[in-house]
Amino acid sequence: MSKGLAPTLRRPSGYWLYLLPIFIGFLAVVAVPFGTNIYFSFFRWKGGAAPMHWNGLNNYSTLLADTEFWNSLRNSIFMVIAIVIIPTVIGLLLAALLTDTIGRRFGPRIASFLRATYYLPQILPIAVAGFMWSWILDPANGAINTLLHSLGMDGPDWLGNPDLAIYSVMLMLIWLQIGYPLVIFMAALSRVDPELYEAAALDGAGKWRQFVAISMPTIRPETFIVVLTATVAALKVFAPILILTGGGPEGSTVVPSFYAYRNFFELSQVGYGSAISTVMALVIFAIAALMLWWQRRQEIR
Amino acid sequence: MITTKFVNGVRTKHKGRHPKHRTVNEWLLLAVAVLCGIAVFAPFGLIILNAFKSSKDYSSNGPLSWPTSISFDAFVDYLGRVDFPQALWNSLLISTLVAVIAVTLSLMSAYPLGVGRVKSSGMVLAVLLVATMLPHESLIYPLFYGAQATGTFNTVWSVIIVFSVLQAAYGTYLLSSVMGAIPKELIEAAQLDGAGRWQILWKVLVPILKPSLSVLVVFFFIWTWNEFYIPVVLLSDQSSQTIPIALATLRGQHNIDITVLNAGSLLSLVPTLVFFLLFQRTLVRGVAAGAVK
Repeated sequence: MSKGLAPTLRRPSGYWLYLLPIFIGFLAVVAVPFGTNIYFSFFRWKGGAAPMHWNGLNNYSTLLADTEFWNSLRNSIFMVIAIVIIPTVIGLLLAALLTDTIGRRFGPRIASFLRATYYLPQILPIAVAGFMWSWILDPANGAINTLLHSLGMDGPDWLGNPDLAIYSVMLMLIWLQIGYPLVIFMAALSRVDPELYEAAALDGAGKWRQFVAISMPTIRPETFIVVLTATVAALKVFAPILILTGGGPEGSTVVPSFYAYRNFFELSQVGYGSAISTVMALVIFAIAALMLWWQRRQEIR
Repeated sequence: MITTKFVNGVRTKHKGRHPKHRTVNEWLLLAVAVLCGIAVFAPFGLIILNAFKSSKDYSSNGPLSWPTSISFDAFVDYLGRVDFPQALWNSLLISTLVAVIAVTLSLMSAYPLGVGRVKSSGMVLAVLLVATMLPHESLIYPLFYGAQATGTFNTVWSVIIVFSVLQAAYGTYLLSSVMGAIPKELIEAAQLDGAGRWQILWKVLVPILKPSLSVLVVFFFIWTWNEFYIPVVLLSDQSSQTIPIALATLRGQHNIDITVLNAGSLLSLVPTLVFFLLFQRTLVRGVAAGAVK
């Protein structure tokens, strides 16, 4: 076969030319900035034209003892619950409901209409979603408290109460996220051969048994991708915090990316912000690598 | 309202195909799904309901009542605070250019990785994948600095360059796996006909890849449109702001009416909604396709 190839095509090295644009772009937008960010993290620096003072690993040791940073990491766990765990479970159940019961018994059109409705928040600019919710959750004027008031109840200060604010943020994130796993799981479930369900039903397996024994194993690859991408997204949450709470009240909703932002642009502690964001990047890589490794091992088994 | 209409429409249409009676349980499950749909849609409904109220109507009747009369004051007020046409233009320009540049970049870089199977292509893909996972805050200060140094700060170009590369990193990953599945014989046949690498890419591969490419264009467009972190830092000037950033600048203006915020939110989500209605199928199919690659 290779005899007929033009000489240029046989040389694999020529292909590298096609990688040149992304290579230059990657260098300019990702590699050099990321490296520079690490470099900044070794300095005490107010940013801009201010002098930079070598600080060694001090930013990192400060970080280890910084309760606000640990608090922000703990809040990341809440973000994982709101973006990964709850939407994945609800998305899975709703996907099964839409494909099985509603799609089959009430027609595919209503199923896809509902799917589009659930997906709608996913395409919304996060800034717009944040504004919508900060008003809906407003203690005096918001839609939720007005509704509660008309039912004779006094609604709480959803975003102003330090014990409650993080849960209010979570509520919005769940609303925002649900469509993503749902759409992926519905596509995955359409791969299942309906005869499998029929055979299982003949063997006396109930709906739930069919779901666990047939549906869940089929959609395992998609479940992994959903969990991986949503986890990475949960660790990166920024805009909802900036718009809904600004990290408050009393720092109860600070997440790492917001903490880094505040150090960069509000507190003028650029070196410290760089240290936070470097650590965050490493945490994300470590978690993603761990998940990928675990997935590999499962496949081999 | 719409939901009920759909239920009825579907019922009559599919009557013949469902000889068995639907059980009470099935109706209950449908009710659950519809209620969930209403809950997801409710915030949108509230925004629409309140954007057309006068501020007096809002303060005396609250957010849940029907408007006493249709008022466009809130929209006028919002347009007075924010240069909406400029923001719309910036968003359109940035998102369109990023979508086109990023897809072209993805196509070029996926070619040697997916078809050429160059050495260490796995390594290249892993590096690009890492780029898509990086939190933007770990790039932002140097990017902020670099944009100032190159004179692209507060211009749409800084954001266009940054997102073209970041989206292309993901696109390369996706396209190279799609290209890897294209039968080798097809490329070899084109080579026998005397086609060079460049021609094979554009004349053979692009037509085959069209569905994947259009999904990527749609996704890159909407992702860029919705981006927040990097634009909020790099585009602080009103002349370069995108629609979400223009809306976000209203944060902290305490003298602002809720109805104005609602009108602003509604105006800001209308382009997204139009886009969603046009490309709903592509979006939904694209998410699913992206997941298994």
